[in-house]
Amino acid sequence: MDAMYRENILDHGMNPRHKGVVNPATLDFEMRNPLCGDRLRLTLRVNAEQVITHIGWDGEGCAVSQAAASMLGERILGLSIDEVKHIGKEDVFDMLGIPFTANRVKCALLGLKALHVGLYGLEFWQSEDEE
Amino acid sequence: MTLPAEHIFDVKTIKADFPILAQHHQTGNLLTYLDSAASSQMPEVVIEALNDYHRRYHANVHRGIHQLSELATDAYESARKKVKGFINAKSKREIVFTKGTTEGINLVVNTWGRANLKVGDVILVSQMEHHANIVPYQMLAQEKGFTIRFIPITPHGEIDMPAYQRLLSDHSVKLVAITHCSNVLGTINPIADMTRLAHEAGAIIVVDGAQSVPHMPVDIQALDVDFFAFSGHKMCAPTGVGVLYGKQAHLEAMPPFLGGGSMISEVTFDGFTCGELPAKFEAGTPNIAQAIGLGYAIDYLSNISLDAIHAHIQNITHYALDCLRELPNITVYGDSTSRGGVISFTLANVHAHDLSQALDFEGIAVRSGHHCAQPLHRLLGVGATTRASFYVYTTHEDVDRLISALHKTTVFFKR
Repeated sequence: MDAMYRENILDHGMNPRHKGVVNPATLDFEMRNPLCGDRLRLTLRVNAEQVITHIGWDGEGCAVSQAAASMLGERILGLSIDEVKHIGKEDVFDMLGIPFTANRVKCALLGLKALHVGLYGLEFWQSEDEE
Repeated sequence: MTLPAEHIFDVKTIKADFPILAQHHQTGNLLTYLDSAASSQMPEVVIEALNDYHRRYHANVHRGIHQLSELATDAYESARKKVKGFINAKSKREIVFTKGTTEGINLVVNTWGRANLKVGDVILVSQMEHHANIVPYQMLAQEKGFTIRFIPITPHGEIDMPAYQRLLSDHSVKLVAITHCSNVLGTINPIADMTRLAHEAGAIIVVDGAQSVPHMPVDIQALDVDFFAFSGHKMCAPTGVGVLYGKQAHLEAMPPFLGGGSMISEVTFDGFTCGELPAKFEAGTPNIAQAIGLGYAIDYLSNISLDAIHAHIQNITHYALDCLRELPNITVYGDSTSRGGVISFTLANVHAHDLSQALDFEGIAVRSGHHCAQPLHRLLGVGATTRASFYVYTTHEDVDRLISALHKTTVFFKR
């Protein structure tokens, strides 16, 4: 139990950062995890230099998916759209710092998936279990 | 290709991996199983994998956040990864688990076919197809009104390629349905060439790989086919699992097949949106144990190597053909130079069913009938044939026992 629900997960899960909706937004995109019904809406504002200046996300999900979205929000604020492209699923796992089983990977990656699919389209997204 | 079997791998060691083949027939003879084209046998490792799943981690996949479900999901998805590698698909998303080849073809017909075929369109189906690659199209044609034309075969039992090209030159051909390896004639069809020609004519190609994937290396990207279906139970896996490969672009554009759990992204009282590939085509709880078993069967076959298996089966088949040709009153159907491990034949004045019965009394299992290819049998002018089929565990002694039993049967029915 402690191995998964470590302090950082509980902290972000219970006190999520950047929760809310940016308006007006450059990107407003919603993603769902059909396996468990999680929903995540991601909104971003980007300036003329293509840098993310505002981020807000909203949704429903387990502590892992909420914490992952919260940490991802902190991580990408101030990055350019191009830099965001290079954030991969390993980065999310590193941020969370816990071991993942197949059925929980999708929880952890919902935020990243919303970000990448929203910005670059589904073709860009490498599915959770693709080699 | 005609090296003695012992130069390829030790068939007797392989045979010892299959518990079912160690038993004696009720006659007291050792069982001689020559019906692998209908269903192959399972090695101990596959049986043990099924047992392990049922005893240790039987649970539903992709759903539960609990240990058993995690183990089951890992094993099920790992099987998909093995299939992807085995046929060299580009992505796991192109690998859809079905219950067998028949379901795979029906899936394509009822999704791609339903969305794309209409009055005025033509599809080409070869004369050597199994019913599974004919009837689904006939069913949809009754509803949609498109035309089915048959690609003729030569007296050698091969696709008549000039005729195929002539049929394709009609600009309304939308789909070609063809078997990779005939389950009656044994002919291995030139799928890469047929695919290129189909694509040049603007048609897609749907391949029945039930008899090829178990027996020879198949590189799906090299073949460039649009859809390719095969079954687990003909390749050392249990019944109830098969694979439909589809190019990702097709699978994404197609409507779903069965509706239900797993295949959705979101459902409301007003409607639904489809899930991602391959879940979009895997509604409901899949045959989990069977898919895991298929993964272990793929490991087993890959360890031996598909090149070696193919060479062994070629060797056994040519040996059997040579022996059969020396027998009087035997007619073999199909004499393509490119052939897999099935031989269909008749014995003059003895019906195929009587022949199988006589062989069974000797402890030899073969198949008799029309092998789900009635139109082909009608074309060959024969009601039923007897079919001997060979696999990785078939020995030269198995063939010798068949030949000797055929001698005996000939004498018996001459009384």
